[in-house]
Amino acid sequence: MTRQQVLDLYFLDARHKLIEIAAFLDRAERATGKDDFRLKTFRTALGKLSSRQKEKAKRVLLTFSDPTTKPLNKAEAKGAVGAWHSRQG
Amino acid sequence: MVSRVTDDYERMAAAGCEVVCEPAFWAGFDRSSAAGFYDYFRQLSEHEPKRAAKFGLKHFCWLCINPKEAEDVKLAEEVIALIPEFLDQQNVLGIGEIGLNKNSRNELKVLEMHVDLAAQHDQLILVHTPHLEDKLKGTRLILDVLKSDRRIRADRVIIDHVEEHTVGLVLDAGFWAGMTLYPETKCTPARAIDILETYGKERIWLNSACDWGVSDPLAVPKTAVEMKKRGHQATMIDKVVYQNPKKFLGQCGKFKIG
Repeated sequence: MTRQQVLDLYFLDARHKLIEIAAFLDRAERATGKDDFRLKTFRTALGKLSSRQKEKAKRVLLTFSDPTTKPLNKAEAKGAVGAWHSRQG
Repeated sequence: MVSRVTDDYERMAAAGCEVVCEPAFWAGFDRSSAAGFYDYFRQLSEHEPKRAAKFGLKHFCWLCINPKEAEDVKLAEEVIALIPEFLDQQNVLGIGEIGLNKNSRNELKVLEMHVDLAAQHDQLILVHTPHLEDKLKGTRLILDVLKSDRRIRADRVIIDHVEEHTVGLVLDAGFWAGMTLYPETKCTPARAIDILETYGKERIWLNSACDWGVSDPLAVPKTAVEMKKRGHQATMIDKVVYQNPKKFLGQCGKFKIG
């Protein structure tokens, strides 16, 4: 596809998703309390989008990922939360 | 598909699906005994094929104790000991979906036990990679386990739920890569096609998650339509949605279609 074709096919959907992200941040900032690790990581990941570097989706996923290599001693919970917290080990 | 209603089978058949391959997965709660797994394996290997057949679909399955239930190593040992009894069943493809969930030591131990079982019985392997922030670390740990066992052939292993940050690791190591189409926590059709356009169409395929959560059994046919919208040739689409799965699964002599 040409860039024009990509835009014709996906621009409106991407625009919608960008507005949803903006609205999510507005919502979070209207609410009382501080950012937790999820929102801090989210803001870091957002920064990857304005970069000129390639592989933005990969960089966003890496931002949320656990970078450690040693297995956990024990799985304390079953579910994932979407962002790695350094206190998890 | 034990977690889905017959409407889904009907829709899949109408969309041109021919085969359903269902891995043993978490029920949404922890089963309390090995006997519970025995009944589940019977459901997968005896009952569900008959249910699918009513809609003209062939049903195959994989067997294991799912990574979410792998923290209890003693239970896992008891369950794994049950599996050989089912391996000769006509619709059992191999061992899966094994893997990791939170990347714990016990989960790794259970993964190794499954890999050993698969090697002993020369079975295909289907691997689950963890969700969200755990996926990268889990994929690396899984690759280490598989690569360290010389009995395991990479072309007989599919590592599933790859995303942009793990697909390269899997393909570079010589394994097959599965992209799972799942609305919120895995790949979307658009991203899956992006990955195909970046990494090529060899040793890679698409699958729809059809489980207890919000998921779409028609995600693969819908992605095929999306590929067509992008201008991909029919041969490319056919390779990814039909020929590649057929090639990999055909390594199990029981998998015969078309």
